[in-house]
Amino acid sequence: MKASPVLISIVLTCLRIPPAAGGADPMAKAGVPELKRAVIANYAAVASASYQDSLASAKKLQSAVDALLAKASEKTLAAARRAWLSAHQTYSLTETFRFYNGPIDQVEALLNSWPIDASYIDSAADAPDAGIVNAVSNYPTISRALVISLNAKDGKQNISTGFHAIEFLLWGQPPGGRGAGNRSWHDYAVGAKNVQRRSEYLRLVTDLVVEHLQTVANAWASGDRDNFRAKFVAMDPNTALADVLMGMGALSGPELSGERLTTAYETKERSEQQDCFSDSTCDDLIANAIGIQNVFLGRYTCLSGQKIEGSGVFGLLKQVDPDFAGKLSAQVSGAVAAVHDIPPPFDQAILGTNQSPNRIAMKKAITALQTQSDLIAQVVKLLSIKLDL
Amino acid sequence: MNSFPARLIALSAALLLATPRVWFAETNPSATTVESNAELSGGKASVFDVSPKAFGFPVPGLNEDSRAAFFVGHSFFQRNWVAAGPPVPRAGLGPLFNARSCSACHVNDGRGRPPEPGQPLVEVLVRLSIPGTDAHHGPLPDPVYGGQIQGQAILGVHPEADIVATYVELPGQFGDGEAFSLRSPTYSVTNLGYGPLAAKALLSPRVAPVIVGMGLLEAVPESELRAIAEQQALEGNGVHGCLNSVWDVAAGKMAIGRFGWKAEQPSVFQQTATAFNEDMGLTTPLLPQENYTKTEATVCETKSLTGQPEVSAKILHDVVLYSRTLAVPARRAVTNANVLRGQRLFQQTGCAVCHLPTLHTGDSDIPQLAHQTIQPYADLLLHDMGDGLSDHRPVFDAAGNDWRTPPLWGIGLVSTVDGHTFFLHDGRARNLTEAILWHGGEAQASRENYRTLSKSDRDALLAFLNSL
Repeated sequence: MKASPVLISIVLTCLRIPPAAGGADPMAKAGVPELKRAVIANYAAVASASYQDSLASAKKLQSAVDALLAKASEKTLAAARRAWLSAHQTYSLTETFRFYNGPIDQVEALLNSWPIDASYIDSAADAPDAGIVNAVSNYPTISRALVISLNAKDGKQNISTGFHAIEFLLWGQPPGGRGAGNRSWHDYAVGAKNVQRRSEYLRLVTDLVVEHLQTVANAWASGDRDNFRAKFVAMDPNTALADVLMGMGALSGPELSGERLTTAYETKERSEQQDCFSDSTCDDLIANAIGIQNVFLGRYTCLSGQKIEGSGVFGLLKQVDPDFAGKLSAQVSGAVAAVHDIPPPFDQAILGTNQSPNRIAMKKAITALQTQSDLIAQVVKLLSIKLDL
Repeated sequence: MNSFPARLIALSAALLLATPRVWFAETNPSATTVESNAELSGGKASVFDVSPKAFGFPVPGLNEDSRAAFFVGHSFFQRNWVAAGPPVPRAGLGPLFNARSCSACHVNDGRGRPPEPGQPLVEVLVRLSIPGTDAHHGPLPDPVYGGQIQGQAILGVHPEADIVATYVELPGQFGDGEAFSLRSPTYSVTNLGYGPLAAKALLSPRVAPVIVGMGLLEAVPESELRAIAEQQALEGNGVHGCLNSVWDVAAGKMAIGRFGWKAEQPSVFQQTATAFNEDMGLTTPLLPQENYTKTEATVCETKSLTGQPEVSAKILHDVVLYSRTLAVPARRAVTNANVLRGQRLFQQTGCAVCHLPTLHTGDSDIPQLAHQTIQPYADLLLHDMGDGLSDHRPVFDAAGNDWRTPPLWGIGLVSTVDGHTFFLHDGRARNLTEAILWHGGEAQASRENYRTLSKSDRDALLAFLNSL
């Protein structure tokens, strides 16, 4: 029942795209200043639809968690895990909208921080009494304010909330440190140690993910005169486009190529992957790369099947420098393919010698994403060089 | 395409992004004046992110090896270390420590914050010594507690002590009659784990600073810093900075100090190894001894890893490279009229004498750090800051009143990155205004110039600071 109004709102969001922003072909003949505006308007539409989908997926996760907590069983736990995978993958599509102090940057630390010190939240291997869940005397009441106040307290790995806190609470630690976690549904059944506190904790952090995604979705929603989107499409187009490129480039280079791939490649530590409890890192990396491609091409396919197709960075570049546009376009497709070629699971892909096929594939993805980032940086360089003409 | 004159297309394209503003720095080639590049605080080592991650980006254009080291260093900077035990990465924490990770205090590579009044210090550590000097003219450690109070310990070991700050409000007035209040801290030591402190123990609280641009500061030639000191002495207006002379462990000789609140560290390498050692209880190839004293050894000895350093040479290298290559945030709003007015006032009030806008780097093994014009707004020299800020604890040539001019780059982003605006060495200032008003000693005249500015001028000066 929860899903249907959401679904309607997604469809509405997608239908609300102004016709002027749609269709790359008519815009090809327009002037560059008009094209800039169209790219920005279409970007806002893609961002909005992406966050509406992310919100809808998070609400499905919320329902699945509610069902698990209402009646813990093998089945309800499995359903909650499936819902998490879907919600996190959908969220990963939106990460290209980070890094310019937009709406997501205000809440991202509470939404998707990792890596997590598992024993910060709940009992872990060799630490049966660890974690906020079991710290009854230190934290008599598990509350929203408590969970927020403890996030990243006294260290960046002391993560109390967000997608990966939920992931740990649904999967637990992987046995022997490899593969996915094998937490039992009994952890949420009557008789488990501190079950009420663990249940309340899971409920709270799931609600917080929905709450935070709601604020971001609202900020990008169309039809609000005062929200971020309204200001974004009205601001100096050069500034807005710099933000667009910043999000794409910072995600592609420092974040994906660097933090998410290079660190794991160099250390070969399995915990250096974003989804170390569910072992689903590869799927999210692909979604990250596709998110960048969506912005580049100015398109998005909603969960409902509705398509947004408008002017993207590619369309604008074709007007300015067709050769460079082609080069970057090939790189963007190549980066998606290279990430796709990392053989899952991620914690196996990082192992072996540098000549092993899996590590060769990892290295290719690292290079492809860094090159993509460097080329996106050149978009700016290219254009500012022409200022001298 | 053909429907447009080429020149028009080029111009339109140029206007598209007249100000390059990505995560990397590009000098505008049309720039003909210094002001045009005023935003590039770190030269080529500048980044344009303004999000809470603004202090966490690598210098643009690092080669593949350096980039790999940066991200491994990043991981070891961020993540928690655990007590010695099973052979896992990041083992060997403590037995005595202040924090489990670098990031615990350098939050998002930024500034630590003082605790609520009455709560024990965490992101602020307390250095400890007794009167006298060691073999290298450095501070003499407390015989029982060593050179720093470690407020945490692994299971089975008693922490050294808790330090609690309480504050007294000191009221004052601006020239125009507007009231202000500064909070003056008093530190008390409680829960001592190993008996009393030495009778004349000297304590100095230190907040973890923002660590961007350290590789650039390291690359400024000693000769340039000496020339600045000479120039200040020559002008004879009461400002006379000097370089600290400190012990360089690796070189086995004295060197100029550049890092730390008292310029007590000669290099990022030694600064990092010392932080691992003193703050986290981790041994490195440079500092292979654990941080506990003979008295503490009876409880600590069995809890330590022996043999290999807990932080390997490779990991130490990577964390050092990470710290050296964190890029400097570019300035914002550099052409804003109010910011420009504030910039002029910053000069006119004399702030810019010590908070020197421009330095130059020399050679560096990292090309992006070499031969850059940078704007740290600091001369890296020690200055007498007056009795109000004194910690009464000498460190090499730095007397209790002496503090190194800290860089101001990135200061306007601290609230975004770290969620607070507590400044100065122990976080006593609750905002930039209070930080300025605490200045004394050599900075007394500038402080008075600021205090007697009109409200709108004071606001303009703050707008300038927040653009850094």
